[in-house]
Amino acid sequence: MSKRNSREKPRPFSWTLAKKKIVWAYIFLAIPIVFFAYIRVYPALFAFQMSLHDYNPLAAEQPYVGLENYDKVFEELGKEKSITKSAFQNTIAYVALGVPIQLCLALFIALMLNEIRFMSTFYRILFFLPFVTSTIAIAWVFRMLYQPRFGLFNVVLQLLSLPQQPFLRSTHQALPSVLALVIWQGMGFAVIIFLAGLKQIPRTYYEAAEVDGASRWDTFWCITFPLLNPSIVYLLVLQTISFLRMFAPVVAMTEQGSGGPLNSTTTVVLRVYREAFQSFNMGYASSLTVVLFAMILGVTIIQLSITSRRIN
Amino acid sequence: MESITPSNIFKDQGRVRTVGKAGDSWAHKFFSYLLLTLIAFTMIVPFMWMLSTSLKPEKEILRRNIFPIEPTMDNYAEVINETDLPLWYKNSFIVAVMSTVSVAFFDALAGFVFAKYEFPGKRPIFILFLTSLMVPTEMLLIPWFIMSSNPPIGPTWVDTYWGIAFPGVITAAGIFLMRQFMQGVPDELLDAGRIDGVSEFGLFWRVAVPLSLPAIGALCIFNFLGNWNAFIWPLIATSRSEMFTLPVGIQQFSSEADTPWNLIMTGASLSVVPLMIVVIIFQRYIIEGIALTGLKG
Repeated sequence: MSKRNSREKPRPFSWTLAKKKIVWAYIFLAIPIVFFAYIRVYPALFAFQMSLHDYNPLAAEQPYVGLENYDKVFEELGKEKSITKSAFQNTIAYVALGVPIQLCLALFIALMLNEIRFMSTFYRILFFLPFVTSTIAIAWVFRMLYQPRFGLFNVVLQLLSLPQQPFLRSTHQALPSVLALVIWQGMGFAVIIFLAGLKQIPRTYYEAAEVDGASRWDTFWCITFPLLNPSIVYLLVLQTISFLRMFAPVVAMTEQGSGGPLNSTTTVVLRVYREAFQSFNMGYASSLTVVLFAMILGVTIIQLSITSRRIN
Repeated sequence: MESITPSNIFKDQGRVRTVGKAGDSWAHKFFSYLLLTLIAFTMIVPFMWMLSTSLKPEKEILRRNIFPIEPTMDNYAEVINETDLPLWYKNSFIVAVMSTVSVAFFDALAGFVFAKYEFPGKRPIFILFLTSLMVPTEMLLIPWFIMSSNPPIGPTWVDTYWGIAFPGVITAAGIFLMRQFMQGVPDELLDAGRIDGVSEFGLFWRVAVPLSLPAIGALCIFNFLGNWNAFIWPLIATSRSEMFTLPVGIQQFSSEADTPWNLIMTGASLSVVPLMIVVIIFQRYIIEGIALTGLKG
């Protein structure tokens, strides 16, 4: 006993402190570790496992079917007029149209806001308000604005003596109509990120460009745009992922949340929801979520490779 | 991991403002203001339309007047007295407060540990937390639902506050945000506390938390907003109208045969306007918080 004590004595005070800190670190992290393992990681693995079964919670058995669910997804993707095919096509259309339009508009607004002082905070709050409002609530407001006869958009069209439009009731116009709401709602967020990016650009660059007599257009392409690259890449990825996950606006704006008319607005997530919680084909729905996960992972990997290349 | 912690990109160093160039013409400024005002107008109009419809009597709904001819509070009385909206309001509030308190505490604590402690296994645990950002929540909905229906202990979580809130009681994004901030807490201060006999939890609670209040505040605001507006999980986790949250309830208005536009707009107004006032009050923190972290619901 006394021997051990004498051996411990020369050890600095920090030895016990370091050990104490390790113990406390684990005590503090115990609940978060359990949470992430059980609520985040385990369900993700569970989703993979479900996608390999004919999982129906109402059935007595959940037989293992291998990759059959995935075969079904790809088979439907090849079929004309299958709902799954529409869901993927529409989702890609939302991303391909929504992301560039939203970011261009947001960049344009941010550039204007960056040059003014008077009332700039007022405009910023105003552009930002839709982003913090409930998507369901505001999507219902837009659904009303799109109504025939009494909807605001058709009232305006009539005032301008233009023909009335069916908007959400047309298979061609419904998707752009839903998209308009999503672009409108999310734009303020992109404006804020762009403004933060613009503030990072040193003023001296602009002063130098001015001395050189560069035009506004040249200044934008040679200074602002390249130096804003981090913000642009960040927003591209974030908005692509958020458009890929679109669900609430479509539910709120289509008849009975069906993604109609004739599946012209339905999305992958809506398809997942209806398959899993209305038809209880949870195995098939899980395989759809795995495909969605792969798409999102692909976007993230592309972003990481772009970001690391820039650093090199 | 720049995609996840963009704060390193957007560090808000000395706010340099691009001052209008000397060659700025008056016409250019005027054009900017004109366009901005036009866009601002399109931002306001839907909200105005929502409020004005909520004040219209039923017979005016299908008429094309923008403002109500005979404004009435009847819609509000009907929504509050004859629907479950007051309950949905309460549910949304309880769920949002519950998860926000939990997120503030656990995210700050975990962030503190990752910023200020060295321990074996730190990296794997950090990666465990990180992976949760890679997996979209949509992939977890079905497993969560199965887990809620047959929880490991106790009765079903479906139609309970815990059942609605549990996926968001700790957030990885919040932990990373807090870690960034807590790294700024001086080690000397913590060591001085240790010498004075302050417990490790005391160091967190009385040193690290007070120094990180701005970040915790931003985290709380975002989390509250995110939960208040959350839709897909509360939709799955609730089946009885008494347990709906506000967005789920508003969506449910429509299932009746005729779309009661005036009631939906009243519900939407009640959902949107109080939060909007809160956002306008805290707008500086929210906007700076977003610019700083890119944190999103």
